[in-house]
Amino acid sequence: MTPVLLPVLNLAVALGLSALVVVLVGESPFRAWKLLTVGAFGSGEAIGYTLYYATTFVFTGLAVAVAFHGGLFNIGAEGQAYLGGLGVALVCLAAGAWPSLLVVPGAIIAAAGFGAAWAFLPGWLQARRGSHIVITTIMFNFIASSLMTYLLVNVLIKPGQQSPETPEFAPSTWLPQLHEVLAAAGWQIGRSPVNLSSILALIACGVVWFYLWRTRWGYALRVFGHSETAAVYGGIAPTRTVVVAMSISGALAGLMSVNEIMGVQHRLLLNFTGGAGFVGIAVALMGRNHPVGIVLAAILFGALYQGGSELSFDMPTLTRDIVVVIQGLIILVCGAFEHALRRPVDALLRGSAPARDRAVEELAETSATSR
Amino acid sequence: MNDALLFLALLAAATARGATPLVLAALGGLCSERSGVIDIGIEGKMLAAAFAAAGTAAVTGSAWTGLAAGMFASVLVALAHGFACVTHKGNQVVSGMALNITMSGLTAVLGYAWFREGGQTPLLGAGARFGPIALPGADLLARVPVIGMIYAEIVSGHNVLVYIAAAAVPLVAWLIYRTRFGLRLRAVGENPDAVDTAGISVTATRYRAIVMSGVLCGLAGAYLSIAHHASFIRDMTAGKGYLALAALIFGQWRPLPTLGACLLFAFADAVQARLQGTPLPLVGVVPVQLIQAIPYVLTVCLLAGFVGRAVAPRAIGVPYLKER
Repeated sequence: MTPVLLPVLNLAVALGLSALVVVLVGESPFRAWKLLTVGAFGSGEAIGYTLYYATTFVFTGLAVAVAFHGGLFNIGAEGQAYLGGLGVALVCLAAGAWPSLLVVPGAIIAAAGFGAAWAFLPGWLQARRGSHIVITTIMFNFIASSLMTYLLVNVLIKPGQQSPETPEFAPSTWLPQLHEVLAAAGWQIGRSPVNLSSILALIACGVVWFYLWRTRWGYALRVFGHSETAAVYGGIAPTRTVVVAMSISGALAGLMSVNEIMGVQHRLLLNFTGGAGFVGIAVALMGRNHPVGIVLAAILFGALYQGGSELSFDMPTLTRDIVVVIQGLIILVCGAFEHALRRPVDALLRGSAPARDRAVEELAETSATSR
Repeated sequence: MNDALLFLALLAAATARGATPLVLAALGGLCSERSGVIDIGIEGKMLAAAFAAAGTAAVTGSAWTGLAAGMFASVLVALAHGFACVTHKGNQVVSGMALNITMSGLTAVLGYAWFREGGQTPLLGAGARFGPIALPGADLLARVPVIGMIYAEIVSGHNVLVYIAAAAVPLVAWLIYRTRFGLRLRAVGENPDAVDTAGISVTATRYRAIVMSGVLCGLAGAYLSIAHHASFIRDMTAGKGYLALAALIFGQWRPLPTLGACLLFAFADAVQARLQGTPLPLVGVVPVQLIQAIPYVLTVCLLAGFVGRAVAPRAIGVPYLKER
């Protein structure tokens, strides 16, 4: 029961705290909540937008979760996604004239490859040189930002244009949006940016599940995440485990750009990631690092982002930054206060379970999360 | 000749101004991290302080009230961090990130709703912000070549928080290395079991260190909004908290080297702001973004052990369990 009850309780606490902020601003939290829900699910277009945001968050959430399973905290999904966008743009700009069947898979591979490369370095530095992955991935976010600004302003910019963005890609590289696909099949739905990369996101969920729970590498990663010494004792090579996990994590983050760049923007632009890498942290924590949980949490955050922008139209005093507050509080409650809430929930559900078991479990948890 | 000298003097003054928030924040991080608590949340504390300081100064018209409010807000955020990871033994990195994200959203929401200026706070008048202070004799000495110029342009003419930051470095160094409290603080970060065995509370020591970080990050944040600028602008810290963290690591968790790292990073930034597009001899035009990335690249290299070695406090990031 705990895996279901705990996220719901976490969400309730985070939303309760955010409601306080809404009151501070002088608005009614109930009206805000109603507007947000209608904004996220009230129409076909709204649901489409929600799913479009959710797709992005599934990718970044999976990226953070894979690293989490190895006890690695990848704060760099933002930078990895940014670099993934570079991969997509390079392929689409260079090979735009080729048939879609070649360019689209090529661009997807480039997105994953560039993201993986940007995560490989911190992974390797952690495994071989002992540099703390949290700090290196933060630094890599800033380096990625500088690098991409340089490339967009000086190299990739569309000639004769002021704003730093590349020329539009050839239409053959665009991922079809859902309303176009369904219209071709004779079914009219509202226009929204949700596109075929949502299916890619679901495939990624399956692949991650298979990797984590059905392959030797995934097993090695999970053992490593629980106890590094036990992993080494069991013959698991720490360097390879960390580097492979980080590369997969980076590849997943990079795939986020398939949704944003190939599905919607059709050109590379400055800061297109918009903090999605950090939303991934919240999604992974909320989804308890499991693909199914991540899909659900991503839809929740997609709804918050979509509903949040609708909310600010109807409630002019409330900006959509309230969603960022909710996101931060969810990370705080699910991540940092997980022990504080877990104990009472466990006690409530188990009632008479021997106290000794509980103590042992707590100890194991604390040592697993403290790294 | 004189022009070149003046250029250098202005560059040095800009470095001092740019280094101030980094020094204050990095020293705050130093207190926290030396006690074994990772301080990713510097950015969030600075942002909270910048907003509270500018908002309060705008309402009350007093810079000092603003400063107090900024420090208070920052300490509150620091206590939330302590409550999560000292009292409840939560993950320190997760807690710090969460607070950064929360503060980024919260300051934007409250600023927009309370001041109705698109997320900014009202521009502060003369009394509501810290203006430059001319040190005694600066006018007289300005005419003396070199020394006078150094005194008048580089040493004199900053606001009070710059001097507080300069004083904070020896103060924190003394506190960490020369007092009983400092010894306990460092011991808690290296070997909390030993400290606990000696009958000193690990929790209380870590809370004190966290509050010190709150105070110093509060000064850093208030500097941004009521001394360097004249209002709060959303997300105005713009990564300075992380830069301070990088400086702290680059300074290997020691006050003086940390000051050096802050000055280096601020100098790179000051050069970058003045070089925009000007070609240099031998190398030609250096891209601005390359100079901006230098602090982060240097920190990664240091962490990787390519230049020197960064050894973190031994118990950093590990919540203390009394009965293991």
